[in-house]
Order: sequence, then structure tokens, then C-alpha cells
Amino acid sequence: MNDPYLELVCPAGTPAALRAAVDAGADTVYCGFRDETNARNFPGLNFDRREMKEGIAYAHTKGRKVLIAINTFPKAGNAQPWHRAVDDAHSLGADAIILADIGLLDYARRTHPGQRLHLSVQAAASNASAIAFYRDRFDVKRVVLPRVLTVDEIAKLTREVGVETEVFAFGGLCVMAEGRCALSSYLTGTSPNSQGACAPASHVRYDEEGGKLMSRLGGITINSFEKNEPAGYPTPCKGRFVADGKTSYLFEDPVSLNTIDILPQLKAAGVKALKIEGRQRGKAYVAEVVGTFRKAIDQLAGGHDGTVAAGALSQHSEGGRQTTGAYKKSWR
Amino acid sequence: MTSSQKLSIGPLLFHWTPERRRDFYFRMADEAPVDSVHLGEVVCSKRAPFFDPMIPEVAERLQKAGKEVVLSTLALVTSEREMEALVGAADAGLLVEVNDVAGIPALKGQPFVVGPYINLFNEDTLKVFAGMGAVRACLHVEASAKMAGLLSMAKGDIELEMMVFGRLPLTVSARCYHARAHGLAKDSCQYVCGLDADGKPVDTLDGQNILIVNGTETMSHGYVELAAKLPELREIGIGRMRLMPQDADMVAVAGLWRDAINEKISPAEAGSRLRELCPDIPFVDGYWQGREGLSWSGDDAE
Repeated sequence: MNDPYLELVCPAGTPAALRAAVDAGADTVYCGFRDETNARNFPGLNFDRREMKEGIAYAHTKGRKVLIAINTFPKAGNAQPWHRAVDDAHSLGADAIILADIGLLDYARRTHPGQRLHLSVQAAASNASAIAFYRDRFDVKRVVLPRVLTVDEIAKLTREVGVETEVFAFGGLCVMAEGRCALSSYLTGTSPNSQGACAPASHVRYDEEGGKLMSRLGGITINSFEKNEPAGYPTPCKGRFVADGKTSYLFEDPVSLNTIDILPQLKAAGVKALKIEGRQRGKAYVAEVVGTFRKAIDQLAGGHDGTVAAGALSQHSEGGRQTTGAYKKSWR
Repeated sequence: MTSSQKLSIGPLLFHWTPERRRDFYFRMADEAPVDSVHLGEVVCSKRAPFFDPMIPEVAERLQKAGKEVVLSTLALVTSEREMEALVGAADAGLLVEVNDVAGIPALKGQPFVVGPYINLFNEDTLKVFAGMGAVRACLHVEASAKMAGLLSMAKGDIELEMMVFGRLPLTVSARCYHARAHGLAKDSCQYVCGLDADGKPVDTLDGQNILIVNGTETMSHGYVELAAKLPELREIGIGRMRLMPQDADMVAVAGLWRDAINEKISPAEAGSRLRELCPDIPFVDGYWQGREGLSWSGDDAE
């Protein structure tokens, strides 16, 4: 538990992004199969079985690891695609499988007793008792913590739970507890939990009205933009709404998470791994974000900190703006 | 024929004053034709100290009236104090509804209810919960008729429950949106969530009522309303119908459901009288149809 090495866990939505992440210094890459078994089920993304095999071979040749995320919740009456994904991830040699569903964890543990399992952020295990439940019942070795905890809470949890903790370090920010949000399905009928896509592009529309650009999801207005304003993607929790006659970004401003300024605190909290969000992003994003975090982590390991400026990655952040989110209590 | 389907009053999700809350439960005890009533704070642990001291008195009154009392627990548990509250709930001598899996180890093998905040989407997960002592499961807000039917076939001895009336709790967060709407933070919230007995409306920029914020929870603006689906719910094997407390005449709501279950009135009549009771609130039933949650099949008929 006192291993001082911070593992850098990086996203790969495509084989090219996997190679870019490995080449930029990722210790570990996470990816998913090209279907609804993973929580980034967007057109043109993810890996077929052959690509996964080649990606794992590439990473392993360079001494890096590959985690396969099978982190949606199997549909009633149709568990087979999820079971097959677990079986294939195991036989392809995944260094760990990232799961969220209790029934699927049960299947994986029974079917592949030696397979290393991680608990997905989609399970939103936010306290020691919940983590103990998954640890004792399914022998998960690592838990990806939901973005609802402060650094102090993470430190305390990490001391208590006896499994590795992994936290989000950079990227798109869920403001709700992950895996526990039905906003997208309320508007579109497509559930991140079951179909693996929040605010799917198929339900997004941009309409010009009265000189403004309206962004809509499932026909519901999420935001409106002036001509010279950059138009954001209509994720429901990142929209502008009206409450008490006041218009605001009620849930969250268009910002991205960036923890580069608080890496020393996260390391001191005892977290094992830092996760970069963004399997839906291209290889340029992956290369630059991974490279920047690689440098920051190496500097921290060498006893230096603060030399990689947070602003360095602002062009990869939503609206060019960044936050440390729930890691600071004042965010709540 | 009188059906054996049961009615429950779900946990009160809004921050009413302790006196209003107590009077509400007394009225449920004395007047509402329901089988079970949920107590307990689900949304925000900061609210719990206000009503907790009244729970024994209210539980006793409900039990004397022949109601089963279920203690619902917090949906998002992060602090030690919240964990202690879960352990306390396990010792309360009541049937506990778990809304975070953290509650399961805390119950040490006691029978429990799987709450709607738990991600229960398939048969395998239901079986794991059954093996740990679940006796009832209230299905997730996203549950469709198809999913409910498939779970029902695998339910064994577990009773399935469905939210059939009221605002749907769509999501939980660490952040308090009620406080944020008032320019405050959660730590210094001044309990502004208490200002809105049915939640704070959140509208789109073009004026459509769409969501409700209720402290750290975000809910549907529309009330789910499944009276017309009663025959289908019965056929599928949903044993218990959950009515969520709203700022509405809940005794009347419960009475209409009871009459519909007992076939004194038709499901359609129950539906049209519920519409009269809540004239300004849109009804929704999209999830049940496997569609976007905010849609309403009544639109096709009206």
C-alpha cells in the first residue's frame, strides 16, 4: 500500500490511440470492445477482438499493461454479450477487467477465478463499506473512485480499504455520481448504464433560431450560443437552465477536470493510479495529455513539483477552463 | 375479485419541516389505505437530525395502524457520519431499504429491501441480492415493462416493487444544486431546499418545465403515473406499487390506487382522477414503455 509509484492509466478509443498512449509514456492503457458492453459506446470507437489482441501485444512488448472495461450493466434477458466480453478479455490476456455490474462481477469471479478484476467508477463505490462489499465478495483488487470525494476522504478510504484506489486526474467531468445518472435516458431513452452512451450524437441537434444557435438533446433545449460563442456539446448536466428566473449553468460550468496542481496531495493520499478520461478523444489529445502527466509524475517522483503548469492542457479542456472538481470540498 | 397487490408510500424525498413530516405520516397512518410506509432520509444527511427524533413515535403510530414500516437509507454515502447512520439503521428493528450497497455489509445478514437507487438491471444481479437476504426490490427508475417482466421470471421469493406515482429521482451528486441555485455551497446551505415542498423547478431556456432540483438530487419535473398500466403490472407480477410523497393529497392518491387495485374503479378512471388531483403537473411513463423517460403514452390517446 505504500508503493510510492503513481501508475498512469490512459484512455484508448482506437488502436492508434493505444499506440499513442504507450509511446507517450502510459503505464497502463484501458479500452473496450466495439459494442454496448463498455461505457464509451460511440460510433467509430473501440476495438474488435483482433485489434484488442494486437493492442495488448504492442503494450506488453513495451512492458505496459492493458485493462479492458466491460463496465455497463447487462440487459435483463441478454447477458450473453457481456459474458462473452468477459471470457474474451480473459483469453486475450487483459491485465485486468474493469466491471461495474454485480451480476457480471459474480460471473467473472466464478468463471475465471484467477482473473484480476477492478471495480469501475460506474459502480460508484464511494465509501469503505461499499468497497469492502466488492472486495470481500468478488476479490476486486482496485477500485476506481467516483468523482464525489474530497482528497481527504480519498486518503482516509485508501488507508481503510486494503485495495488499490484509482482516481480521475484529467478530462470530462461527471458532476453526478457515475453510474447513477438517468438524465440522458430521461431525455433520449438511451441509458449510459445499459447502452454505454451519455447524450448520444444520434439525439443531438443544433438549430439556428433568431441569430442564436440552440443545442438540443432529444429535442430538449440544453443551451444557446451567440454567433461568436463556441458551441458546447449538449450534455444535460453541462447545459444552461433557468431556476427562480435566473439563467445559469446550474449543474456545472463547461469545464474539464485537471488535477496537475494537486498531484502531490493525491500521491500523499496513497492513491495507486491516476486515470485520464477520454476514450472518445483522438490520438493527439491522448499523446499530449499523457505526455504532460508523464512528465509531471516523473518530476514528482524526482522530488520536484509544480514545474508543469496547469494551463499547459487548457486547449484540451471544455471551454478552455479547468477545475479540481469534488477533490476540494468547496466545490460541493 | 380483490387483488393481492400491495401499496406503499415511498420515502419522502423533500425537506419538509419536522412537524409537517410528522403530520403527513400521522395522516398516512390514520387515513391512507396503504400496506407499508417508508421513513428515513434518502437525499441529504444534513437533513436527518431534524426528523430523526420523531421516527420512533411515527413508526409506532404507523405500526399500530397495521402498516409495515420500512426504513429507507441514504442514496450516496461518503462520510463517516453517514456510515454510522447506516449502521444505526440496521439496529433500528425495522425492515431496511438499502440505497447504497454499503448498507448490505452493515445489515449483517438481516433481510432487506433493494432500493431504486441500486443498479439492479438483470437477473444475475437480482440473484446475488437474493443470496444475501433481499426480500424485496424496488426497480430502478429506468425499468421498462420488458425488463420488469424478465426480472419477475427470475425473482424467486423476492417481491418486486415499482414506483408508480410521483417525481422520479434521476440522479444524485456530491454537490447541492439547491444551494448552488441560491449562490451557496453545501456546507453553508442554510437548508434552502426546505423552501420548495415539491422541489425547485428547472426549466429550459425556451421555458419548458423539465427537471426539479431537490438538494443533491435531480428529479423529473413530471410525475410518473402508471395507473393505466395496472393490468400489465399485475400480469408481470409486480407485487407492490410505490407512491412517492409529493406536495399533493396523498391520501386521495392512495385511495384511487386502492380502488383501482380492488377493481372498484377502472385504471382509466383512476388515471383521469389523478389528473384532476394534480392539474398542473405533466405525467410521464416513458421508461415503462422502454422510451425516453419524459414521454407520456396518454398523449397518444388524448
